[in-house]
Amino acid sequence: MSLATTTNYLTPTGREEPWRFTPLNRIGGLHDPSVELHDRISLEPSDIPAGVTITVEDALAFPPLSANEDQVVTRIREGVSKVLVVTIATNAEVALPIFLVRTILDMNPEISRVQVKAGVNSHATLVISNSGDGIFAEEIELNLAAGSNVRFITLQEWGSKAVHVARHHAIIAKDATFTSFVVTVGGSLVRLLPTVEYTGPGSSAELFGLYFATDGQHLEHRVHVEHGVPGAKSRVNYKGALNGDSARTVWIGDVFIKAAAQGTDTYELNRNLLLSDGARADSVPNLEIDTGDIVGAGHASTTGRFDDEQLFYLMSRGIPSEEARRLVIRGFFSEIVSKLNLDEVEERIMARIDNELATVKI
Amino acid sequence: MSTLEIKGLRVSVVTEEGSKEILRGVDLTINSGEVHAIMGPNGSGKSTLAYSIAGHPKYTITSGSVTLDGADVLEMTVDERAKAGLFLAMQYPVEVPGVSVSNFLRTAVTAVRGEAPKVRTWVGEVKEAMSALSMDPAFAERNVNEGFSGGEKKRHEILQMELLKPKIAILDETDSGLDVDALRIVSEGVNRVKENQNLGIMLITHYTRILRYIKPDFVHVFAGGRIVEEGGPELATKLEENGYAEYVTA
Repeated sequence: MSLATTTNYLTPTGREEPWRFTPLNRIGGLHDPSVELHDRISLEPSDIPAGVTITVEDALAFPPLSANEDQVVTRIREGVSKVLVVTIATNAEVALPIFLVRTILDMNPEISRVQVKAGVNSHATLVISNSGDGIFAEEIELNLAAGSNVRFITLQEWGSKAVHVARHHAIIAKDATFTSFVVTVGGSLVRLLPTVEYTGPGSSAELFGLYFATDGQHLEHRVHVEHGVPGAKSRVNYKGALNGDSARTVWIGDVFIKAAAQGTDTYELNRNLLLSDGARADSVPNLEIDTGDIVGAGHASTTGRFDDEQLFYLMSRGIPSEEARRLVIRGFFSEIVSKLNLDEVEERIMARIDNELATVKI
Repeated sequence: MSTLEIKGLRVSVVTEEGSKEILRGVDLTINSGEVHAIMGPNGSGKSTLAYSIAGHPKYTITSGSVTLDGADVLEMTVDERAKAGLFLAMQYPVEVPGVSVSNFLRTAVTAVRGEAPKVRTWVGEVKEAMSALSMDPAFAERNVNEGFSGGEKKRHEILQMELLKPKIAILDETDSGLDVDALRIVSEGVNRVKENQNLGIMLITHYTRILRYIKPDFVHVFAGGRIVEEGGPELATKLEENGYAEYVTA
């Protein structure tokens, strides 16, 4: 992987398959080579628990760990001089979450790179909290050594003008377990690429997502799981709600099971709840299987309107309509939120969802 | 003393073929402490009567009136009807994923009583009511109606009735899908609430089986969207022997 390969960079036009859903006119020039991108480390750790080190390293000393085809990620790789490196020591059992808080200063387009290295048999939870407004692209690579267990939580609680494009790529070794939560409740345009590859058997990934789009928001999640080795497992569960006529969400779930990946066990699920007529949710699960020898492979995608029978049931018990709707929405998301195991974050997300819900009459 | 008064109630639903009248002039008065059995064949409009009184948006009232102690029920929103003292135990209670029974009960009771119940007495109140219906306390942590058996759903409906303390309850085919033991437990629950709270009951059923446990004061035969015959408990005995044939052809 060379950092200097600028020759075949083609500016996306929006006609390419990976870009056809994305409103490029709202992406703040992140894709456009004529727009200058500022190279800045924008994450601040709030506390660093024992067993964890966080350093800023020279980008040349920490080259990317994975192949990439996304043009914005290519620009990030070419544009950054430093990398934020989070190292979890071998055998470290880090009980407290590692909190990293984003500070974006202005609306000048910014880029950054992060590498997370989880040592053999280490356990840790990493939380990245994004808020405020900015135009921002980032690549986060997580390298999970054998037997490690990493929970990776990113919170997109952006302001209404924010543009956020990011790739989260996990490389999962033998017997390692990766759990990710992507919570996207803010931003004007958010395009996230949670991607996974495996390097050894017994490895496992669970990818959870929650998004809530209101008027003027485009929230796009493009999950890609590549089963290239035998005996790995993946589960994907993304749930979204849309409220407002110009609310827009995109979920792509690509799961590829290569010929070598015998014994693969995978299931992916996306559910969308439309709370207003004009809102549009695209949901595209895509499962490609190149071997007959698998444990299981499946996908499901549903997009539906609010269930009037649920509302009637709750209201017939005296619960006012606004509160009934809130209960149903909270219930819809609770399957994901309750797995976060971070009380303060759970309550904050639910409160944000309540607020988003209150902005538009259903 | 409360009175639910239904006068000349006509109700339509919108179908693919256009508007279709289901209720064709229903007159019925239910007072506190009375049990009125509404019996009739399938498709006669019994459930439409129940859901229309509760305010389900699918049904359009074309004429007639429903009042509770003089207040116009048809002008009220669905939640206002519950607050006014009406309760509908549904034949098919709806699943609400991700919402626990305990959260649901507390939210409903808070809304109906107008204030949150005191934490200390509330826990005991729920436990006692659940125990009286032979419900496992772990039930409170499950999601509303999700994965419930038929019997569990019906017990959960009666549990809500006990806690919400309505003036008039409509029980829509509460006996359907219950085995003998569950039917006895649910019926005892209904009788207990009736005795303790002087509840007036509209008991909608297809079969006479439940009437062995919940004794009706009045029996109304429902056919073709209206009441076609009325009498005392002896009418139920006649129906058990002869069925609904004479009313259906009529």
